[in-house]
Amino acid sequence: MFEQLFPNVQIDDMITATNETLFMTFFSVLGTFIFGLLLGLLLYLTGPGGIWQNKVANWITAAFVNVFRAIPFIILILLLFPFTDFLVGTIRGPSAALPALIIGGAPFYARLVEIALKEVDKGVIEAAKAMGAKYRTIIFKVLLPESTPALISGLTVTAIALISYTAVAGVIGAGGLGDFAYFYGFQRNSFDVVFVCTVLIVIIVFIFQFIGDFASRKLDKR
Amino acid sequence: MISIKGLSKVFRTKDQDVHAVSDLEATIDSGEIFGVIGYSGAGKSTFIRLLNRLEDPSGGTINIDDREISSLSKGDLRLARQDMGMIFQHFNLLWSRTVEDNIAFPLEIAGVPKEERKHRVDELVELVGLGGRGASYPSQLSGGQKQRVGIARALANRPKVLLCDEATSALDPETTDSILDLLVDINAKLGLTIVLITHEMHVIRKICHRVAVMEDGKIVEEGDVLDVFLRPKQKVTKRFVDQVMGDPDRESSLSLIKEEYPLGEVAQFHFVGERTHQALISEVSRKFQVDVNVLHGKITQTQKGAYGTLIVHLEGEKEEIERALTYVRETSVEVEVAFDV
Ligand SMILES: Nc1ncnc2c1ncn2[C@@H]1O[C@H](COP(=O)(O)OP(=O)(O)O)[C@@H](O)[C@H]1O
Ligand SMILES: [Mg+2]
Repeated sequence: MFEQLFPNVQIDDMITATNETLFMTFFSVLGTFIFGLLLGLLLYLTGPGGIWQNKVANWITAAFVNVFRAIPFIILILLLFPFTDFLVGTIRGPSAALPALIIGGAPFYARLVEIALKEVDKGVIEAAKAMGAKYRTIIFKVLLPESTPALISGLTVTAIALISYTAVAGVIGAGGLGDFAYFYGFQRNSFDVVFVCTVLIVIIVFIFQFIGDFASRKLDKR
Repeated sequence: MISIKGLSKVFRTKDQDVHAVSDLEATIDSGEIFGVIGYSGAGKSTFIRLLNRLEDPSGGTINIDDREISSLSKGDLRLARQDMGMIFQHFNLLWSRTVEDNIAFPLEIAGVPKEERKHRVDELVELVGLGGRGASYPSQLSGGQKQRVGIARALANRPKVLLCDEATSALDPETTDSILDLLVDINAKLGLTIVLITHEMHVIRKICHRVAVMEDGKIVEEGDVLDVFLRPKQKVTKRFVDQVMGDPDRESSLSLIKEEYPLGEVAQFHFVGERTHQALISEVSRKFQVDVNVLHGKITQTQKGAYGTLIVHLEGEKEEIERALTYVRETSVEVEVAFDV
């Protein structure tokens, strides 16, 4: 039945491609989370009214974020070829996609982090100051815990964007389901392969969405 | 304990300089409940935030316990703040932490070890009457309960001063009273100094020992709560006193009442902090051959005893009435007799 409907689909290849996509998604989400959080914190803390209010630092961070967010992802990959080559030692395969994915994803996530932090009640920050809290305490014990649900739902949105970026990265040889759909499906006129790849990507997206929504809801005690 | 000299705060905004607090002088004694009342925009919040330097002063000095707050370095200021608790109108609890963890937060900041923290938190939960709710999140509590958490949190590091910024303004009247009772209780038990700001005279009347009236960034009148109630000098103060007492002049004119009671005597009794003769009326009618008929009045309880006015009609022999009035005059109650019309 399956073989009749999808004559060109090789289960083994599909599993490999899925693994590659999951690999790229997982590590790019991780990297994006770390760098995006740092950038977002920097944007917020150096911004107007922030505890490290600093026009210059804020301007530089914002410029970095805006520029990298403005570059279309496919062009970003091409632009980063030399950097990737230097860092990873190759420009092909799932690992080689990570620098571009993270540099593309982090500025996007940084803006969502900034928005999440702005939602934290100013009164609570003030209460912490009135208790004699250090800046470090305010960041790690007030700002981040109080914005966790929003940080997680922002990460979910970013992760889903990253999954579609992995498919784009596939087209220039990063591997994964996008790569597979293009080279083995589209170029060989095997639309059953394209179809199965699509279904798998959609399933991955749904799983991320589900986990993200669940975690965000669970942690929201408001 | 707290001495404030020439304190001022100017906010420079785009269109103008706002003198939120200007050249303010005040002395607050150790262990007293000091109230600051004023209308919105008078500069009360700015004033209280200057005390723990949530706002930096533009001028003047603040000495708390012989430590000049206004010139402390950042690190010393953090330590000084651990000796001052603060509670807020909107509670400002961390919603991501349970009641216990909220109360533990200032202890974490002060570097108290975990075991000791737990012990202290349990103590505080009991002190503010939240036994059994320690594991709840703030969102599961009522406004009054949230403020109790706020108070427990403010007391965690055993501060010497408690600053209250409109602590009851977001609460309904009954909850307000229960929170005020708690504050009085804490003040008595722990002997800590409380500075509170409010726009409700009721709050001042109920718990404060001394009051300062603020207008346009300045203290325009200051004194013992009873004195201020009894002899308000400024117009604003009179309006605040009327807030709780009504306006006796308008509501009742002695001479008009006298016309309705041609027999006997109509008198006005001013209670100015009476403690021993709280049951004065029944005392008088028991001791003398007079009937006392209360016509009008309002008595309220302050920290220093009963305050207010009663207008009474005394019926009986003229000499007996005189003796009764003489007796009343010997208490702290002031007597005013209607003049003949
Ligand atoms: N951060 C600020 N920037 C500019 N003006 C302020 C700021 N905070 C308070 N003010 C102004 O200072 C005055 C006193 O405010 P506030 O202390 O909040 O009064 P109150 O608490 O008595 O209502 C008001 O005119 C207010 O607009
Ligand atoms: Mg205010």
